[in-house]
Amino acid sequence: MPSLAQYAGQAVVFAVVAAATGYLAANPIWREIPADMAQIKLSLVHGAVRVEDCRRLTYEEITRLPPSERRANTCKRERIAIQVELSVDGTMIYAETLQPGGLSRDGPAQAYRKFVVPAGVHHIVARLRDSKRNEGYDYEKAEDVMLAPGRNLAVDFKTDAGGFLFR
Amino acid sequence: MSFGIMTPLRRAFDVAEIALGRVFPPAWNPLANLGALGFFFYWVITVSGIYVYIFFDTGVTNAYASVEYITNDQWYAAGVMRSLHRYASDALIVVMLAHMLREFAMGRYRGVRWFSWVTGVPVLVLVYIAGISGYWLVWDRLAQFVAIVTTEWLDALAIFAEPIARNFLSPELLESRFFTLMIFMHIAVPLIALGVLWLHLARVTRPNINPPRGLALGAFGSMLVLSLVWPAVSQGPADLARVPGAVGLDWFYLPLYPLIATWPGKVTWGAGFALLAIMVAVPWLPPLRKPRPAVIDLDNCNGCGRCLADCPYDAISMVVRSDGKPFERQAVVDASYCVSCGICAGACPTSMPFRRLSDLSPGIDVPDLSMAAIRTDVERVGAELAGPARIMVFGCGEGVDLGPVKSDSVGIVRLNCIAQLPPAFIDYVLSRKLAEGVVLTGCTDVTCYHRYGVKWTKERLAGERDPYLRARVPRQRLRTLWAGPLGGGELARLVEDFSGELAALAEQPAPPPRSQRRTEAADA
Repeated sequence: MPSLAQYAGQAVVFAVVAAATGYLAANPIWREIPADMAQIKLSLVHGAVRVEDCRRLTYEEITRLPPSERRANTCKRERIAIQVELSVDGTMIYAETLQPGGLSRDGPAQAYRKFVVPAGVHHIVARLRDSKRNEGYDYEKAEDVMLAPGRNLAVDFKTDAGGFLFR
Repeated sequence: MSFGIMTPLRRAFDVAEIALGRVFPPAWNPLANLGALGFFFYWVITVSGIYVYIFFDTGVTNAYASVEYITNDQWYAAGVMRSLHRYASDALIVVMLAHMLREFAMGRYRGVRWFSWVTGVPVLVLVYIAGISGYWLVWDRLAQFVAIVTTEWLDALAIFAEPIARNFLSPELLESRFFTLMIFMHIAVPLIALGVLWLHLARVTRPNINPPRGLALGAFGSMLVLSLVWPAVSQGPADLARVPGAVGLDWFYLPLYPLIATWPGKVTWGAGFALLAIMVAVPWLPPLRKPRPAVIDLDNCNGCGRCLADCPYDAISMVVRSDGKPFERQAVVDASYCVSCGICAGACPTSMPFRRLSDLSPGIDVPDLSMAAIRTDVERVGAELAGPARIMVFGCGEGVDLGPVKSDSVGIVRLNCIAQLPPAFIDYVLSRKLAEGVVLTGCTDVTCYHRYGVKWTKERLAGERDPYLRARVPRQRLRTLWAGPLGGGELARLVEDFSGELAALAEQPAPPPRSQRRTEAADA
């Protein structure tokens, strides 16, 4: 049977362990970005046009196909890469050629990037080219956005919604 | 030992064990109950988690609101349970890591122990996954940080059709089904961990999975007081339109999250996989030269089962007799489980040193340090001793360093484990006048390298376990020291004091022979 002093010692051991557990369960504090900064998060999943345009099959081509596979059009699977740019106050912070995904390069291209910028009003321009054109962009959105400290601005892209979305 | 860090680590654990031994009885020493404490905290987490789950609601807004209800409105019950759930989870990490480090420091991860070590690695990973998924469920700012960093990290593997971190791009994109998935994970993963724990203990005989009641009460009480004094609280609702900002990390579960958040995914995944690979491979780095396993000599085995009862590694089983002798059973050794500790030979009733050398072949023995070899060593050491108080010290390779006490009057005999020594050897040394005194020493009574070596020896000496130390052996000529590697000074003092006591005994008139004592008693 432990003595009274031993019980006291055990209480001290348990108290120290419990205090350390309680402290380290939520301390020290970690800060991902400085308090006076904001974040722009660019993320998109988008498939560009195909390398070869779809074309209508001729009558002879259709008849050569097995009956269960006969169709009016044929399309090659491979898509082209897309060009994406993001600039803040005239400074290009992101310019990338995004390759299509998938083993056959027929999947959508993806991007997910984060940029830490000082809080304040910023002129943000996002551009994307997903066609075979050599110059210019198919989608562009420019907006002055007030980024409060700690704000997370999501720059998303949805074709259905008309292109870029600043959320 | 294969790694340079093992010695200082072992020393640190020994120092801590001795310090804790001053306030905890040996059976309560927390360092001897790390695995059992892990199980205890697992059950505390389970019970508190079930209670908290009754009030928890999955959903983007409902999750945080329900946790706030748990924490504030029902602080006296569900709130305490939430805090217990968190703190017991943290304590589980502490005892698990300490358990792993201690087994590593003591070298108890190699040879046949590889299985327990390797199956422990996935348990560690699963407990981390369970804990991290739990933080996610609260859906406060910490949960937001954990969710985003985790999904971005998983996306670095490039195995998903779309980046799963996109689910947390903005408030409009987040769906409640993510919380359903998380609660499923948070329940399923610990259950899987429990299954792996069953494997973890599959090769351990008499696993210690329940801490002594006093230690369990103390551990639970301390967590309960902590929950009342410093309750676990949320860190404000998650808001995907904002960066989580300053978050109070749980440094038991999330110590690597700052690195994961800032370092490239390929680097952290590479480092993580490399660390796991090293942890899994460490029992074979470098390959261990396995001593020859114990062997059965059926001519001397009567199938009594003492070796089976004492083997700490489940390496022995009893099967139907195969040699036609009039015994029901015979012992069989599973070589893949045997570490050649020799405890089985120490338990064998045929390990009698009084037998002639040609006959000293016990029913079970370890070839690399047989009973015959031990007796030869004992006789050689005894013959070399000189002086009026000759002492023979028996010790194991994992306990006190015996070398420093060796002198003209003090001889040492090394064993694989102290329980390899049948008590009859003590009788043999004293009755054959090979020494005036015998000292048995080994690991501490808390931390025996071979788990039960010290315990069995103490019980044999106390007459509580076969084979007993015969009553005729004068106990004043026997000393024991269970001190571990740090007990060198203690052993030196014990030997010095014992030497003085033996010298004093030598000066006393010798007792009359037993036959004369009987006559005197009859006359009286």
